Formats: sequence, structure tokens, C-alpha cells
Amino acid sequence: MIFNEKNECMSRADLQRLQGERLRDAVTRAYENVPFYRKKFDEHGVKPKDIQSIKDISKLPFTTKDDFRSTYPFGLFAVPLKDVIRIHASSGTTGKPTVVGYTREDIDVWAETCARTLGCGGGTADDILQVAYGYGLFTGGLGVHYGGEKLGATVIPMSGGNTKKQLMLMQDFGTTLLACTPSYSLQIAEEAAQDGIDLSKLKLKAGFFGAEPWTEAMRQQIEQRLPLKAIDIYGLSEVMGPGVASECLEQDGLHVFEDHYYPEIIDPVTGEPVEAGQPGELVFTCLTKRAIPLIRYRTRDLSRLNEAQCPCGRTIRRMARITGRTDDMLIIRGVNVFPSQIEEVLMKVEGVEPHYVIVVDKTGVMDELEIKVEVSEAIFSDEIKKLEHLQRKIHEEMRSMLSLSAKITLVEPKTIERSLGKAKRVIDKREVK
Amino acid sequence: MKVKQLSIFMENRAGRLAEVVRLLGEAKVNIRALSLADTSDFGILRLIVNDVEKAVKVLRDAGHTVSLTDVVTVEVPDTPGGLASVLDPLRGAGVNVEYMYAFVEKVTDKAVVIFRFENADAALKVLSKAGISVLPSEMVSKL
Repeated sequence: MIFNEKNECMSRADLQRLQGERLRDAVTRAYENVPFYRKKFDEHGVKPKDIQSIKDISKLPFTTKDDFRSTYPFGLFAVPLKDVIRIHASSGTTGKPTVVGYTREDIDVWAETCARTLGCGGGTADDILQVAYGYGLFTGGLGVHYGGEKLGATVIPMSGGNTKKQLMLMQDFGTTLLACTPSYSLQIAEEAAQDGIDLSKLKLKAGFFGAEPWTEAMRQQIEQRLPLKAIDIYGLSEVMGPGVASECLEQDGLHVFEDHYYPEIIDPVTGEPVEAGQPGELVFTCLTKRAIPLIRYRTRDLSRLNEAQCPCGRTIRRMARITGRTDDMLIIRGVNVFPSQIEEVLMKVEGVEPHYVIVVDKTGVMDELEIKVEVSEAIFSDEIKKLEHLQRKIHEEMRSMLSLSAKITLVEPKTIERSLGKAKRVIDKREVK
Repeated sequence: MKVKQLSIFMENRAGRLAEVVRLLGEAKVNIRALSLADTSDFGILRLIVNDVEKAVKVLRDAGHTVSLTDVVTVEVPDTPGGLASVLDPLRGAGVNVEYMYAFVEKVTDKAVVIFRFENADAALKVLSKAGISVLPSEMVSKL
């Protein structure tokens, strides 16, 4: 069900005209209201009047994650704080999170594109949506929640965890749409198998799975174990949250809601746009966002854009499944983790040398994070309780920084591989093709 | 009156203990007493050796994490109630015992027990006042 036929099925010519107008408006708002952008544009030698059409977007400079950090917390806001009615935050590369804000109009656009997402998977106002993404500073839970309400569905704000209760509500309330990470959907299937619950008796129709990369193989697994269409959804808080792009029932690429979030693919090394259909780094421009008019944000996600018309009738282009990152960011249980965050925690804990290695594995259904730390003489103690205290302290500080529980293993010195130049800090044993 | 005890960090992996004692053996260092404290993830090997400096050098050169701790070797009557008679005055003075383990050899007819106290100096005062014999370190390494 196409939630917004007018904008999702616009002719390419009309769409480009709309995008051009909106880009000019966004660039003007950024230039006039965000000192950071004014400086950036001046240094780049570009003014709002230079934007005559959407094609002029390549005249504009990029925005990066570092720009969020250097303007922390509210330096990118184009409106006074009193007009910002919501704040969300996601992992930063260091101790400070990446902060985003939303005006009332932004919340409405966000809800609209999340409603479109649900529509892409066949969702309607008659559906019962169970939101099992985390509610809080992360954008997942509240994003999909507002989308469900905009759609007119009956929304159950379960948030993440408590799998037994998730299943109970699915049975008792007759949930038809499920929103959670793909790994968590398998966790739900595992729990059901253990408790002898026959999932085929549930009324599930579709699942909206994102916040972490997942493969076709995993999709087959999910659709075998749960009686639903597994729909890939994409988003990032810097751009808005969930609702940036979504697969339709063709399950062949994710439609980008490009009347609001304009996508480009660039060569990550040169920064030049690639030829149509070629792979590269995804870049987004927020055409309508008022709190942060984000210009050419480098996501560091690798993808391609498909210009071909989709059988579903939507004219908005599709992006391919994310195939990797250009940086060292990890996604563990749907949470973004930068090795530099881990290094910062270890250095902070008194006397700990940063000889460590991060091991990510997936022995069951969920991701597991282990941090091995070498015990140098600086941190060694003759007392078991002091070493255990150190282990616990690292665990707590790590959890506070990452919002994830990591296994902390103390290891003997020189057991972690030393390399010349860039140290191999991460061993990712999961396979994501 | 305090004796240097060698502590070595060990992962809970097969062969770690064998490797350490082999290294010491090759360096002709004699182990006089030992204790192995364990958790599910790692262990701490505590040793009284006859040549602490050589042991430390050999182990550090091989990349082990070692530290030295002051412990006290106390002569404890080798009869029922003997240990209690040593712990009583310590408890009375509020001196805490972190851990303890025993030597096989004796100097007199008393058992020789190694104590790690929270506060070794306070413990030494209490023991001396209670007339409990503490062995000097030179004697301990020759045991």
C-alpha cells in the first residue's frame, strides 16, 4: 500500500524540480542560520544563489561525522533551541554522542516517511504494529512508533528485550507488523521454539528489519521461521532516523524517500560522484529538515543506486543493501560502535595500556562483543579481588560508553598480535556478505 | 621480617603453569612454596623461591607479568588449635588476613605458614607482642 502516492510515484521530471527547489531552500537556511555552514560554504566558494537545480548539488561541500563532533552539542541547529522539540543521539567516535534535533515539522516529516516505510511492506491503518526497537535516545523505537501512528495502525510500544512478553503480546493482541533488528527477530523465533509456541498461528504479515546489516541468507532464515515478509529498512539518525529508505514487497532494493532525503553515491577516495548504478559511498542531503539542514552527509555506508523503474509503481529510486563501511565502525546488536570509543574507555581506566583486541562473534542468534585486555605490570595486582574489580570497572565504563555489555577478558601480555603501523584492533568473526 | 613473594598473572589456558615452572627450573631457581589462586577466567601463581631476583628476570624476559609482594612467614604450633592461637590476637587487633598457604619444611617443630596481611607492619607488631615467632627472610629461602 503506497502511503503517499503523489510523492512516491511522481514523474522523474517533477521530482527533480521539487528536489531542486527544496535544495535551494535548504542551502539558504543553512547559510543564513548555521555559522558552521556559512563558513564552510564561504571557504568552498559557493553561495545559495549558485543552486539553480538539483544537479548543482555537486557544487556543495560535504558534511562528516567529525563535523557533528566539532559542533557538539547544538552547533548545527538552524533554529533556536526552543523550536527544537526533540533531541536524539547516537554513538560518536569518542566519548561524546552525535546529537540531532527535530522541530515540529521535522517530527511530522519523519512520521510521514516512517508511515511510507510501513506502507512499503504492505502496512495499512488496519494493522497492529509491535515496535521492538529500543525507545530512548536511539531513533529506532520512537521513529517507527510515530510512523505507525501516522499510518493509523494500532501501535504497541514494547521496546527491545523481554522476549517472552513480546511473544505473549503477539499471540494475545494479534500483532500483524513487527519492527525490530533482524537478529532479534531470530531471537524471538528461538524463544518460540523453546516455549513450544507455533508461530504459524500468529497473525504476522511483515517485519521491518534494520539498524544492522543482514544478508539474503538471513532473510531466508527469518522468513522460514516467522510467517512474515522480511522487509529491509534503512536509516541513520544524522539524516532523520529509520524511514530514510525501505524495501517494497518486491524485496529488490530499498526505495529512498528522495523528496526529503536526496541520495548520491560518491567515490570515497576522490569525493566525486560515480556513474549511475556504480557502487560507492552513500551521501544524503536533508531537503526539508528545519532543525538541521544537513548538506551532503557522508554516511560511510557502501551501496549503489538503481535507476530502473520498480514494478511496485514507485518512481523513487532504490538503493542496494549496504555492502560494507569505509571506516572501522562496527554494528553490534544494532548499536554503532567505534573502536576509538573502546580505546578511550581503556585509557581512562587507570594505568591501562591500550594493548587490546575487540572480538565480535555470533555463536547463537545475537552478536557478542568481547574485549581482550593485556595485563601489564602497571595494572597487575597480587590480589584476585583487585583484578576482578578492574575487570568489573572496565565492564561498567564500557557499558556506559557503548550502551552494550561486553565480555572483558584479561589476557597475558604479548598474546595480542603486534603489527607495524595500524594495529589490528578488531577481529570480526561474523560473516556478512 | 617480611619475605618477598613472587606473583605471576596466568590465563586459564592449558600449559601456562607448566611453562612458568619449566622456565624457573631451567634457570636453576628453586621453588620453596607455592599457591595457585583461580577464578573462572584467570589465575595468580604465588611463589616463594630461593632467588627472587633471578626468578623475576627470567620471567620478565620471557614476557610474563610479575609483581613482588611482602608476606610474613609465621611459625604456627603444629597441633589442633595451633592456627587459632595465631589468628586470635590478629582478630583482636583488627588485622585482616588476605590469604595464606603453608610450607612443607619446618625449622623447629612448628608448621611454617605464609600470610599476606592487609597491613604487614601492624601484623608484625601484634605477632611480636603475642610472642608468636616470625621467620626472617634469609632463613626462609634456605628452607
